[in-house]
Amino acid sequence: MSEVLVVVEATREFGVKKVTLEMLTLARELGSPSAVVLGGPGAAEALAARLGEYGAEKIYAAEGEEIDGYLVAPKATVVADLVKRVQPAAVLLASSQEGKEIAARLAVKLDNGILTDVVALAADGTATQVAFAGSTIVTSKVTRGLPLVTVRPNSVAPTPAAATPAVEQLTVAVTDTDKLAKVVERVAEQKGSRPELTEAGVVVSGGRGVGNADNFKLVEELADLLGGAVGASRAAVDSGFYPHQFQVGQTGKTVSPQLYVALGISGAIQHRAGMQTSKTIVAVNKDGEAPIFELADFGVVGDLFKIVPQAAEEIRKRK
Amino acid sequence: MNIVVLVKQVPDSGADRNLRTDDNTVDRGSANNVINEMDEYAIEEALKIKEAHGGEVTILTMGPDRATESIRKALSMGPDKAVHVVDDALHGSCAVATSKVLAAALGQLNADLVLCGAESTDGRVQVLPHMLAERLGVAALTGARKLTVDGATLTAERQTEEGYEVVTASTPAIVSVWDTINEPRYPSFKGIMAAKKKPVQTLALTDLGVAAGEVGLDGATSAVVEHTKRPPRSAGVKVTDEGSGGVQLVEFLATEKFV
Repeated sequence: MSEVLVVVEATREFGVKKVTLEMLTLARELGSPSAVVLGGPGAAEALAARLGEYGAEKIYAAEGEEIDGYLVAPKATVVADLVKRVQPAAVLLASSQEGKEIAARLAVKLDNGILTDVVALAADGTATQVAFAGSTIVTSKVTRGLPLVTVRPNSVAPTPAAATPAVEQLTVAVTDTDKLAKVVERVAEQKGSRPELTEAGVVVSGGRGVGNADNFKLVEELADLLGGAVGASRAAVDSGFYPHQFQVGQTGKTVSPQLYVALGISGAIQHRAGMQTSKTIVAVNKDGEAPIFELADFGVVGDLFKIVPQAAEEIRKRK
Repeated sequence: MNIVVLVKQVPDSGADRNLRTDDNTVDRGSANNVINEMDEYAIEEALKIKEAHGGEVTILTMGPDRATESIRKALSMGPDKAVHVVDDALHGSCAVATSKVLAAALGQLNADLVLCGAESTDGRVQVLPHMLAERLGVAALTGARKLTVDGATLTAERQTEEGYEVVTASTPAIVSVWDTINEPRYPSFKGIMAAKKKPVQTLALTDLGVAAGEVGLDGATSAVVEHTKRPPRSAGVKVTDEGSGGVQLVEFLATEKFV
């Protein structure tokens, strides 16, 4: 069975991201999954057990300053060399900024087609994509080269399939041209232990109706009680209530959780573009005519400053 | 500093958007076409750099004839001139082919700095800056929320999931920006009038040395097999809070097994 390369997405603390487990699950339908770990020293060893649990038969590792100290290009060079050597059936990357960027360089290096934001992948490489803010479903194929796809988080349910992967350290042969963009510092800003926005099963978002930055602790409290991530509408971010990396919408993150809770968000197209493929949507808004109610499976018209604390209290009671 | 800003005309993301039923490409004919919003931030950043360090700002657009409207709009913000790559053979080009064409155009423009939006609102693919960097052999600082220019040294804050990275490179380079980087100016009346007289050079594929067969639907490296409209979501239950709205909300969450 041909190998399928899965380029691993992990946190700086060597936590395998859920999208990687989703990719391994998808890869098993196409062939034998081989995980490709690109990162700092020790990354592959730290990640191996988890990758094995989800069916990685083999792990290719490229580690160290040459890989980790520069933006994107060295990683693409390593993966391109690997593709030429092992001739995989497909290459899967996460549909994150970096995943798409590595894929972009691979497409040029290999003169190969590329499909991004893929939510389903058939055994023959036919991909399903969601376009135009979730309004259009597209079936597409790479017509030159192998299926080179980036997979959107929360697309498939990760299922375990135990394997014991052997780790092969790759020779890193990056060029000077690969080292033009240097990473001089990494600053962690995300606080707390909340799940990452695009991967979270539950997202609780606040909008202009939250009123100010301080009130966002109500949103955070409900998110924590539901084990979810916190998001914000563009109006809330533009008003300085919450940092930009949590913005959900056309010019922010696209999320597709099991549950999306919209608090004080009217539901402008800008926002709906980032969340309307969520499985279940719940909304609280004081304006009963707000467009968010057109999408909500359950909506409460009223004052979020009364409703949200009451809901939080009720959840605590039931725990 | 010689700055080129990539500007894409896209269907307005605030309106209904469709793919064409005949060839599965983006329906631009019936859409209200506008400048890709993120590109306005790239234009603003270019103008700020020019104001601080001198130089020239050129808009580069690949698109059909009607993209001229967006080019004039971009020029009305203040750039000096524009280059419009327009050729019927380009219709339906994939990202890989688009990067080939734009790289060829950039090859004629001798830019120290290429600025662009981090993504377009139609495709949201985010691949062009690194494709261009790969083809041109220059640095790519992508996803910038802040950019500092010091002589030939560029330093950017790159937004990441976990925070940000400080990344640095020397010109020539490509930088893509998010909408947190600045607040784009509105074109002034004077700017709008001046834009009408600014030079817009058009380039066809033959001018760029790219063969027609390498681009367009025939030269595409990927293809849309079919597309369907997703059924719109239907509204569910809506209750008005009369004192127990929070409890009702949790009851709903409980029936859906979220609590």
